[in-house]
Amino acid sequence: MSKELIRLNEVSMIFDEDLVLDRINLYINDAEFLTLLGPSGCGKTTTLRIIGGFQTPTSGDVLFDGNRINDLPPYKRQINTVFQKYALFTHMNIYENVAFGLRISKTPEAEVRQRVKEALSMVNLSGFEKRSTTSLSGGQQQRVAIARAIVNRPKVLLLDEPLGALDLKLRKEMQTELKKIQQQVGITFIYVTHDQEEALTMSDTIVVMNEGRIQQIGTPLDIYNEPKNAFVANFIGESNIVDAIMEEDYKVTFSGRTFDCVDRGFARRERVDVVVRPEDLLISGPAEGQIAGTVENIVFKGIYYEMMIRAADGYAWKVQNTHAYDVGTRLGLSVEPENIQVMHKN
Amino acid sequence: MKKKFLAIPYVIWMAIFVIVPLLLVVGYAFTTRDGGFSLENFQTMTQYWPVFLTSFRLALIATLICLLIGYPVAYWISRESANVRRIAMVLIMLPMWMNFLLRTYAWMSLLENTGIINTFLQNIGFFNLINRIFGTEIEYFHMINTPGAVVLGMVYNYLPFMIMPITTVIEKIDPSVVEAAEDLGANGVQTFGRVIFPLSLPGVLSGITMVFIPSVSTFAISSLLGGGMTLLLGDLIQTQFYGSAYNPHLGSAISLVMMVIVLVMMAIMNHFGEGEETAIY
Amino acid sequence: MKKNGVFSRLALLLTAVFLYAPIVVLIVFSFNSSKSRTVWTGFSLEWYRDLFEDSRILSALITTLEVSVLAMIISTVLGTMAAIGFFNMKKRPRSVCMAVNNIPMTNADIITGVSLMLLFVFAIGVFNSTLGSVTGTELKMGFGTLLLAHITFDIPYVILSVMPKLRQCDPNIEEAALDLGATPWQAFTKVVLPEIQPGVVNGAIMAFTMSVDDFVISYFTAGSNTSTLAMEIYSMTRKRISPEINALSTLLFAVVLSLLAVVNIRSAQQERAAARREAELRQKN
Repeated sequence: MSKELIRLNEVSMIFDEDLVLDRINLYINDAEFLTLLGPSGCGKTTTLRIIGGFQTPTSGDVLFDGNRINDLPPYKRQINTVFQKYALFTHMNIYENVAFGLRISKTPEAEVRQRVKEALSMVNLSGFEKRSTTSLSGGQQQRVAIARAIVNRPKVLLLDEPLGALDLKLRKEMQTELKKIQQQVGITFIYVTHDQEEALTMSDTIVVMNEGRIQQIGTPLDIYNEPKNAFVANFIGESNIVDAIMEEDYKVTFSGRTFDCVDRGFARRERVDVVVRPEDLLISGPAEGQIAGTVENIVFKGIYYEMMIRAADGYAWKVQNTHAYDVGTRLGLSVEPENIQVMHKN
Repeated sequence: MKKKFLAIPYVIWMAIFVIVPLLLVVGYAFTTRDGGFSLENFQTMTQYWPVFLTSFRLALIATLICLLIGYPVAYWISRESANVRRIAMVLIMLPMWMNFLLRTYAWMSLLENTGIINTFLQNIGFFNLINRIFGTEIEYFHMINTPGAVVLGMVYNYLPFMIMPITTVIEKIDPSVVEAAEDLGANGVQTFGRVIFPLSLPGVLSGITMVFIPSVSTFAISSLLGGGMTLLLGDLIQTQFYGSAYNPHLGSAISLVMMVIVLVMMAIMNHFGEGEETAIY
Repeated sequence: MKKNGVFSRLALLLTAVFLYAPIVVLIVFSFNSSKSRTVWTGFSLEWYRDLFEDSRILSALITTLEVSVLAMIISTVLGTMAAIGFFNMKKRPRSVCMAVNNIPMTNADIITGVSLMLLFVFAIGVFNSTLGSVTGTELKMGFGTLLLAHITFDIPYVILSVMPKLRQCDPNIEEAALDLGATPWQAFTKVVLPEIQPGVVNGAIMAFTMSVDDFVISYFTAGSNTSTLAMEIYSMTRKRISPEINALSTLLFAVVLSLLAVVNIRSAQQERAAARREAELRQKN
């Protein structure tokens, strides 16, 4: 592992005078599961399409195994794609769909048969060869699209929000299965999604993007625990983000009170953002907590309750707790120093 | 990708064979034989004002009759089972596969004074009965070569154009919308008037367009069934381009005015359709 | 919705009678032994024999087929290209193109016919007085202008039936083919074209029938020496009314009916076969 396969160098993309990608720098290792995560319009799909060869960047370089491939057309790249709506060929049956790439490369018929069979069995679709694409469910079409791509033994598989059209249960199943397939074939997967949970479950590396820029690159754990800025914190899970002032190292003031924290290295009295995750706010009596507030509403979320608790300064804290408190109850909130995440303002 | 360039040949084609010809119509309409700009054609045209009136009147009547027959038929067809619907649609489209001249010609032998309808009425003693009762001396009904026959020809030829789009639109109405209206207390008439009919308007509008435009501009139907007695705009235009009255400048002016009137009418109508998408098909 | 009652069923039946009575009369009298179009005098095939000996009609038939087939081929190719081109344009230019494309369909036939006639007369006039007089060739309206006119009114129908297929296609279908190693040309021939094929075939059929059926536009653009079947029928109904027309109508109707039957039976069979295969497979799984 950790051999570099793809590198984007200062890649920018302009569409109709809109800056869609702004100097993206990124390297992707061999056999890595990398996810491009961000809201719609953040440039993640454009990045994927540049790697796939469907778009040429306005400036910057795309390197594959050290060679510049900016102008290499998609059909000459050892990269295959699973499209968002699968893009199956409806005039061909399943077998012919999967065999398409092999047919184009004039693979001997016996080998075609063998490899299609393997690919279909890998995605659990053995016996579906003669079926038409339209007779399949969404999940099955998804599997055909994957088989059609991996049968060509690409070095990289690109997946553009492949689970977006599936229902929740199927999505969970496919997440596990995709990860399994990736480990089985041992190639790089570059996965595009706007679903943070999907990204956290499947990826080795997550690239969070917004407005054409990379916000943070890291392992799922890094990104969840140490978001680099308010955007990442907000996008990865629900968070309380409040304005704060860094008094000195390990001291931060927000909600009219100074808290101990574990961050240092900021300028004195620098204006910063503080992130506190809803599950990290502890509930106590109104006098015992660090912040006092009133329960404004409460929603049952399955295994916990989510409450909005309005503090004296007007900020409504999102709190998750296994206990329910009636609306109107006054109570106190406190937070451990290590759960206060201090971030530079953008 | 560069695929939009595939349209270039046809864009050029449209420029030469669609745009330029229409510009020529405009050009001819505003000039005379010696080539100078003039409004003379439009002045000459005023003498044909009655022809405009006849054409628009007959076309409107034909369109109205098509709507009165076509809407209920379309509504009833859409309530049948899928199989009956398919057969009904085929039956309605089938006559369209016969050239409209032949279909119009078929009516000639039915409507003539010694035609099949009159012969039939004669043979069953209908005229004798009438004459005995009213003391008249009728030998036949005079049907051919009347404006009525021309309207009949228009209705017969273009009725399918009214039925098809309306049926398609009504069929697509979600049955649960109708059920919702009933659930909310609307009775049959209210459900139809407040839900089904408004939802079917796009089909009605395209039906009206598809019947009215060919009706107002026809010349063959009027010359076959009207026997030259009912001069319509189509006939007028035709005689300016072929035959004794050869004057393409006047013909262009008449075409232009007809086109503009039709366009304005369609625009007004579509405006009242509240900008709903009028499907051409 | 509620089922239809007796009254509405009856009304539907009456509509059918209204639509078919004239056609039935037309067909019946094509077998009449006398020239009368109203009195039945006995069965004969006389008018069919006359029809096949009528050289004017036969040559008009050939002209019609020639112009329709040529117009169909050219407009299918140009129209399919144009539909793909339009589809890949930005919204603004596309809607302008589609608006112009719709003109021949929404305009009255007579205006399309007259305007094309003006173009041809004008262009031929210019040619004959310049290049033509130099080289000694003189152009006239005829088969060429007829063909140009037919292509012009056929293409919009091709575009109209190809466009929805393009819209139905997965937007990434072509990229998927490129991604799997197909060159742009292979992607077009092996994937895009087969995917939109039903629309292309449908467009071709529509173009052909529009051409065969057209009278008004042909009338203004064919010149004085070229005549299509529809034009011939028009002049027959005006000059020499003869049951030959009935015979011709009957034959044309029979041809159309059998063509439709063949097409429908074939597609029904294919559907049934596909459904059967599907059912078998489902059982196996």
